[in-house]
Amino acid sequence: MSIDTGDTAWLLVSTALVMLMTPAVALFYGGMVRRKNVLSTIMMSFAILALVSILWVLYGYSLSFGSDKGGIIGGLEWLGLMGVGQEPSSIYAHTVPHLAFMMFQAMFAIITVALITGAVVERIKFGSLLIFSTLWLTLVYCLVAHWIWGSGGWLARLGVLDFAGGSVVHINAGVSALALTLVLGSRKGFKEREPMEPNNIPMVVLGSGLLWFGWFGFNAGSALTAGGLASNAFVTTNTAGAAAALTWMILGWIHRRPSVLGVATGAVVGLAAITPASGFVHPIASIPIGVIAAMLSYYVMFWRSRAGKIDESLDVFACHGVGGTWGIIATGIFATGAVGGAKGLIDGNWLQVPIQIAGIAVIIAFAFSITWLLAKLVDVTIGLRVSSEEETVGLDISQHGERAYGGLLR
Amino acid sequence: MKKIEAIIREEKLDAVRIALESQSYFGMTVSEVIGRGRQKGLTLQWRVGEYCVNFLPKIKIEVVVLDEDVPKVLNAISTNARTGEERGDGKIFIIPVEGAVRVRTGEMDENAI
Repeated sequence: MSIDTGDTAWLLVSTALVMLMTPAVALFYGGMVRRKNVLSTIMMSFAILALVSILWVLYGYSLSFGSDKGGIIGGLEWLGLMGVGQEPSSIYAHTVPHLAFMMFQAMFAIITVALITGAVVERIKFGSLLIFSTLWLTLVYCLVAHWIWGSGGWLARLGVLDFAGGSVVHINAGVSALALTLVLGSRKGFKEREPMEPNNIPMVVLGSGLLWFGWFGFNAGSALTAGGLASNAFVTTNTAGAAAALTWMILGWIHRRPSVLGVATGAVVGLAAITPASGFVHPIASIPIGVIAAMLSYYVMFWRSRAGKIDESLDVFACHGVGGTWGIIATGIFATGAVGGAKGLIDGNWLQVPIQIAGIAVIIAFAFSITWLLAKLVDVTIGLRVSSEEETVGLDISQHGERAYGGLLR
Repeated sequence: MKKIEAIIREEKLDAVRIALESQSYFGMTVSEVIGRGRQKGLTLQWRVGEYCVNFLPKIKIEVVVLDEDVPKVLNAISTNARTGEERGDGKIFIIPVEGAVRVRTGEMDENAI
C-alpha cells in the first residue's frame, strides 16, 4: 500500500467540494422559507456542519467504519481517530491517507443530517434539533453507513450496490425527514392553506447551483481514485442533473409556466437519483435515470401538496427519498460490468433489482422507525416545537435574536 | 391644498410620473405597497403547481397640489394609470392638508409645495 498523490489530491479536493454542499443546502432551504425564518433555516445546516464534524472525529467514523461487529456496526478502535493516520488504511482506499478517507466520509454524514432539516423548518426548537441530530447520527446514520459501506456491513455482503450514497444519504434522509415531521406536526396555518411565500428564490438557485458543483466531489470523489471511474461518475452526475432539471421545467410548463424553483429542484432530484448509480452505469443511462427521477418526484410532491395533510415542508422525502429510491433501483437495472464491475438487469443479472429493493426496504423500515422513536423521545423530554408565539414571531428572532434583512434605519 | 394619494399598478408608475411632470408637479413620494381591491390575490408558481398570495404589489404615489389643480391632476393620473382591464387599476384618494413647510427655507403652505 503506497500513497498515490493523484488520488490523494482528488480526494482532498472532493472532500472540500462535498463540504460546500452543506452551506449550499442552507441556501437552498433558506430561500424557500418565509422571511422571518430564513436565518433559522440557514443556521440549522451550518450548526450541523460544525456539530457533526466534531462527533465524526470523536466516534462517528469509528462506529461507521471500524472493525465489523456482526455486520451491524463498526468497533470503537478508531475513537478519537486513534490509529487513523497519514498512512492508508489496510481496509479502505488503499492509495490515499486514512485521514483523507475519514474526512471525505465526514462530509457525507454532515450533509445527510443537514438534509433532514428541510422537513421541519419554521417550527422546530433549535436546541432540540441539535440533540435530535446527535442521536440520529449515532443511532441511524452510523449504522446504515456501516451496513452499506463498512467492511463487513451486512447489506454490502448481501450485494446491495450504492456507489455514492443513494441509500445511506438520500433514502435515509428522506424517510427520516418524513418520520420527524409526523412527530413534530405541521406549521401554523398549513392546514388552513395559508400562503407561505419563499423569501428569496435567487438564493434557492444559488444553493442548487452550488449543490450541483459539490456533487462532482460527492460522486466522482466516491471513486476514491483519480481516473476513469471518477470520470464516468463525473459525466453521469452532470447528465442526470441536467436531464432532471429539463424534465421538471417541461412538467411545470405543461401545467402552467416553467418555474425557476422547479428547475432548481429538478436538478437536485436528478443528482440525488444518479448518486448510487454514478460509478456503475454508462453515461447515456443517466438520461433516463434523471428523467424518470424528476417525473416520480414531481408527482409525489404534487400529490403531497394537493392532499395538504403532511407538512413535510420542503419535500425532503419527495426529492431525496423518492430520487434516492429510484436511483438505487435504477442501479440494479442499468449497472454494466464495463463501468464499475457490477452487472445489472441490462447485463442479464436479473437478481440485482430484487437485491436493491430488499436493501431499500430494510433501510426505509429502519430509518423510519428509529427516527420516529428518537423524535418522540426528544419531544416528551425537552419538546421538539417552539411555542405558538415564537412560531408566529418567526424563528430568526425567537431562536437566534437576529433578523436577516435590516430595517429602515441603517 | 390637497394631498392626492394614488394607488396604481406597478407598471404604470412611469406614465403617471411623466403626466404629473407635464402638470408641473415634479415633487412626489413613491412607495412600494401591498394591498388588494376587487382583484383579490396573486397566483404564483411553486415547485409544483401554484399558490395564491392574499395581497398584490402596488405603487402608492403621494403628491400635494393646489386646490385649483385637483381636477387636472386627478385626470392626469387616472387616464395614465388606466389599462382597460376588468380590475386592478387602483384608486385615488383626496385628503385635505392643513399646512406645509419647506425645510430648507422655512417657506410656508402654498409656497412650500
